[in-house]
Amino acid sequence: MAYRLGVDVGGTFTDLLLIEETTGKTYRSKVPSTPSDPSQAVINGTAKICEMADIKASDLSLFMHGTTVATNAILENKIAKVGLIVTDGYRQVLQIARSLVPGGLAAWIIWQRPPILAPLEATVEVKERLDADGNVLKKVKEKNVLKAIKRLKKENVEAVTICLINSFANNAHEKQIEAIVKREMPGVPVSVSSDILPEKQEYERALTTVANSAVRPTVAKYVQSLRKELRAQNMDGQINLLRSDGGLMSSEQSEDLPVALLMSGPAGGVTGALWAAKNAGYANILTLDMGGTSTDVSLIENGAPRLTRDTEVGDLTVRTSSLDVKTVGAGGGSIAHVPELTQALRVGPESAGATPGPACYGNGGEAATVTDANVVLGYLPDALLGGEMKLDVDAAKKSVQVVADALGISLMEAAAGIIDIVNENIFGAIRLVSVQQGYDSRDFALMGFGGGGPLQANAIGKLAQSWPVIIPMAPGVLCAYGDATTRMRAEKARSFSSRLDTADGKRLEKIMGEMAKEVSDQLVSQGVPKSEHEVQFEAGVRYQGQGFEVVLPIDQKDFSGAGLKKLADDLHEEHEKLFTFALELPIELVNLRVTVLGEAPNVTAGKIVQGDGKPDKASMLKTSTVWMDGREQDAIIYDRAKLKAKDKIKGPAIITEMDSTTLILSGHVATIDAFGNILINPAKN
Amino acid sequence: MAATIIEKNTKAFKTVDVDPITLDLIENALKNAREEMDATLFRTAMSPGIREQGDAFPLIADHTGLMLAGQFGSFIQGFLENYDGEIEQGDVLWLSDPYMCDGAVSHANDWLVMVPIFVDDRLVGWGAMFGHMTDVGGMVPGSLPTNAVSIFQEGIRIPPVKLYKKGVKNDDILKIVLHQCRMPDWAGADLNAIVAACRMAERRVVEMVGRFGADSYISATNKLLARNNRAMAHLIETSIGEEPVSFEDFVCDDGRGFGPYKIKCTMWREGGKVILDWEGTDPQSESSINFLLNENMLKMFFGIYMIMVFDPQILFNDGFYDLVEVRIPEGSLLKPKFPAALSCRTHALGRIFDVLGALLGQRAPEFLSAAGFSSSPHLMYSGTDKNDEWFQLFQIGFGGIPGRPFGDGSDGHSLWPGFTNVPNEFLEAYFPLRIERYESIPDSGGAGLFRGGNGITIHYRFLEKGTIAIHDDRWFIYPWGVNGGTPGMRSKKMIVRKNGKKKVLPSKCDDITVEAGDLLIYNTWGGGGWGNPLERDAEFVALEVKQGLISKKGAKRFGVVVSKSGKLDATATEKLRADMADSICTDVFNYGPDLETLRKNCKKETGLDAPIQPVWDKKTA
Repeated sequence: MAYRLGVDVGGTFTDLLLIEETTGKTYRSKVPSTPSDPSQAVINGTAKICEMADIKASDLSLFMHGTTVATNAILENKIAKVGLIVTDGYRQVLQIARSLVPGGLAAWIIWQRPPILAPLEATVEVKERLDADGNVLKKVKEKNVLKAIKRLKKENVEAVTICLINSFANNAHEKQIEAIVKREMPGVPVSVSSDILPEKQEYERALTTVANSAVRPTVAKYVQSLRKELRAQNMDGQINLLRSDGGLMSSEQSEDLPVALLMSGPAGGVTGALWAAKNAGYANILTLDMGGTSTDVSLIENGAPRLTRDTEVGDLTVRTSSLDVKTVGAGGGSIAHVPELTQALRVGPESAGATPGPACYGNGGEAATVTDANVVLGYLPDALLGGEMKLDVDAAKKSVQVVADALGISLMEAAAGIIDIVNENIFGAIRLVSVQQGYDSRDFALMGFGGGGPLQANAIGKLAQSWPVIIPMAPGVLCAYGDATTRMRAEKARSFSSRLDTADGKRLEKIMGEMAKEVSDQLVSQGVPKSEHEVQFEAGVRYQGQGFEVVLPIDQKDFSGAGLKKLADDLHEEHEKLFTFALELPIELVNLRVTVLGEAPNVTAGKIVQGDGKPDKASMLKTSTVWMDGREQDAIIYDRAKLKAKDKIKGPAIITEMDSTTLILSGHVATIDAFGNILINPAKN
Repeated sequence: MAATIIEKNTKAFKTVDVDPITLDLIENALKNAREEMDATLFRTAMSPGIREQGDAFPLIADHTGLMLAGQFGSFIQGFLENYDGEIEQGDVLWLSDPYMCDGAVSHANDWLVMVPIFVDDRLVGWGAMFGHMTDVGGMVPGSLPTNAVSIFQEGIRIPPVKLYKKGVKNDDILKIVLHQCRMPDWAGADLNAIVAACRMAERRVVEMVGRFGADSYISATNKLLARNNRAMAHLIETSIGEEPVSFEDFVCDDGRGFGPYKIKCTMWREGGKVILDWEGTDPQSESSINFLLNENMLKMFFGIYMIMVFDPQILFNDGFYDLVEVRIPEGSLLKPKFPAALSCRTHALGRIFDVLGALLGQRAPEFLSAAGFSSSPHLMYSGTDKNDEWFQLFQIGFGGIPGRPFGDGSDGHSLWPGFTNVPNEFLEAYFPLRIERYESIPDSGGAGLFRGGNGITIHYRFLEKGTIAIHDDRWFIYPWGVNGGTPGMRSKKMIVRKNGKKKVLPSKCDDITVEAGDLLIYNTWGGGGWGNPLERDAEFVALEVKQGLISKKGAKRFGVVVSKSGKLDATATEKLRADMADSICTDVFNYGPDLETLRKNCKKETGLDAPIQPVWDKKTA
């Protein structure tokens, strides 16, 4: 029998999900993460889950992996020393950046600029020049390149990036230099901007390519050691990594293109939600993945998550496709405070982190956190992780009391206030992915997962009017579901600047064919046979002169015929939807993108036992007091493992499971569906 | 004369109790709405000035016109006092004449759109935004003529008109206005974008009123205003003395050979109120460097500078206006009389921030930043290309962020909020030019424990015949350093003709003809330094030499000696630092040479004649 394994490495835990491909039977496991060498937890966990299922590692046909190794390399500044080769006159392309100082007026007084990714002492210029159409104005001279390389060698760079002006239009010079660098600096990985991002805008292209170089040695080392360990256990199936865009790529490919892994972590949550939503029968979903320090939200429309062209990690924004996940600094550990000057209640973005953590963890934390507020309100039963962790309720009360005193309100009001503010902050992020993109949040269901999502989801569903609120099975390991159930993916884009009314449709069709072939070949080389490929095309278009393009799906076949006209009509319609108006101006084609996907895996979800609508006595653990709607109320605490399909639970109620707690507010009813998902809706009067 | 607001529902808003949480919810929602306004604008505007550089400013105001969220304070009340007409649901107001809105917009390039927001036939607030149009007609492309002597030369002035009246668009007005512009497509699209952004504010305010109820919403916004008032009252009491402090700085010249123009401000506290008196500021200029300064806007600048360090998360609003009194002498550079030309007010605007920073920092020099908010250099390049199509570039340049109490100033960054540069690959694809060099200028940032940011040098190679215009300042008077830091380098512009002939161009000039193949070297100013440069980590100075941000010679300003091979020479450094110890400026401000010396050396140092001291007859002064 064939098994596939999804493994998701988080900050605290590494989650594993083993699926028996034909029956859909699953095994779940969680092992502590090993931050110093994350592959250790992966290997330990793999051994553990194989033992649970009574199989050998050699029985695994597919190993799929979401990892934050690239993300953490950036966040923790554990990056390679990158040498950067640029066109003469552009040595400071990263130093000057886009000249932007974030924040409002006078923000420059307090802004601390993060260090640049390729240090200036290791940035060298070569004499060469292309014009904006890719014509050669000045040729590359080998002697000049050798001189530049000499400097890079002296700086002991660990990776090299080549980014020349206007190379998006012609990659010849970059390729020429790449060959020389490879010859002169064997063993040093080289990233070339026209490979990584053949698009206009020198700063963004340079930064993205440098970011790729910066994480390359770290990612390569990790991936290679992981592969070695797995192969040593006779696991000879394919090893794939989850990309920021929610697709998979082979582990070998990820070594060359690690910049595509920067959002691998959050992407696992979204793809997991996608799978859970499909089972629950919902195609339009807002996802809410709440962890200790932050919350990720995203939007899934018609079963497809929205993509964005920018990937943000900490202070770094690179131009690679990623699932459009907005992150707010609002998590269980977010600290509530009251600035003396304004007497306002602020929650986050500072977080108590893993140490000392919330006051209620009893590890010496004193500041009031969101988790403490939940404890004070009675929303979190006094033990977590199935009793492994006891919560210090008094410490929580003490911390929240400080906030209450500063505001001159009661303890319970302050705790409820902290929760309201954090929910509002998350709601702000939900708006960014919904209303601000022209979507009405009321047309979407809301799925809450991660450690804290199930606790806040009902309240946020109320703010966004998104029903039902869905708490999927195993909300704590949903990411691993994502890893195990998504598809292989590769993509490529090309910049243009041609007007639609004068564009040569035949030529564009031909270019699309060439691009598709290139990307298909890539996927074939990663072990996906051509017969399984699904090819998609997109065009970025805008009114001539605008700075942002609108991305629309297109059909290659159609392009020499009515396709161009249809594309123009689509832009008018989309622009009107997004911005309330369309314009009578020439339309410009900015880029074409081709995406090739492998086949979707056929993984079915397991059904749970059906009940009679009334939860068993066995599932009711105890009755507890919660503070809700400004008063004390009784709430029953349920054990999720004992709930049956069709069970109905009236709020206020709390449903606990191993790694998560679901809160159902008063005036709401939760129903358990056939697959065990909790669906929360407002109660009908 | 005042506007009449037509409300079918005249019920007064009831003051209701708003709990602190709802208050914070509304504050957050307003903050989000403001960000959505920006996002809408940037995605739909067309001119690089707005969509890449961000030269546009949003506002959400309460029903009385006070700013609840925004950047530059509210101008609604000033407008309402000046507008002699009716305002109804569905109206969209539009104007650009600075003299008809108390300087809410300060030159005719800025188009201001205001949308009154009604719920249940009652006015509940305003959404507004103004943005800089690339061209509004007038005597030069870009509509910022240095040489103008009257506002009538600066393009079309739009008095307050209704772009929409009761929801119906007035296309004729729009046609007339766009007809005056050299880039009508951009102006039309940018205006659309601004209206769409205001609509976004409208939508969000209507939603909030729906969610919380009108009485709660209005009561909450009153409380938000009061919260700012309370915070500011506390700050003023504790950080501003009753003893007057003064500071003066200069705009180098007026583009007609005269200068410098003094801007002076004196600040003191009377009880709980702070007075900002601009007495001593020079009279208005004959040319277009005048800045019609809106008093409320200045209050906002003042407030933001005060509060930045204490609660940066605060949503700044107009609630503290009665705590600040601004006195500006009539007929001065900051309150010129109609029809004085106004288009090039950006220099005075920038200088006001240097003056404010210096005033506020005098009592606590450790929180003082150096100078550098000195200008917003512009380049205009226009002509007809080989396909016989008109092209027109308006580009804002950046320079060095000053040395600050919290660290170095960044090299080649923007002091204006939200501004970004335009990618050079974008410029080369859409305009007949090539950017051959784009880097910061070594040693242009003043030396200090925290050095000033370097200015930028941009080498523009023009590929078509056309005309250029330049607006910059700080070419004559240095951006000062503080607490022992030295001044930054001054700005400079030079043209290298195709035949190799070089010529220094004035800091402000119009109508310079360029031929294909000519090269413009465009250098901006560096930020002043902060603190004793001899205390800067010598190894770090050596590294910056290697990085090309400081030259070997420039390292000596920090008392640092770098060997031929690029390594720190510790012994020589120690000796040099000891020798230099007495030469460090002990005054709080280091202005560089005095005016007389600057004049004397001007031609030699800058390649330009020194500006002539302007004289005014009694009438204007």
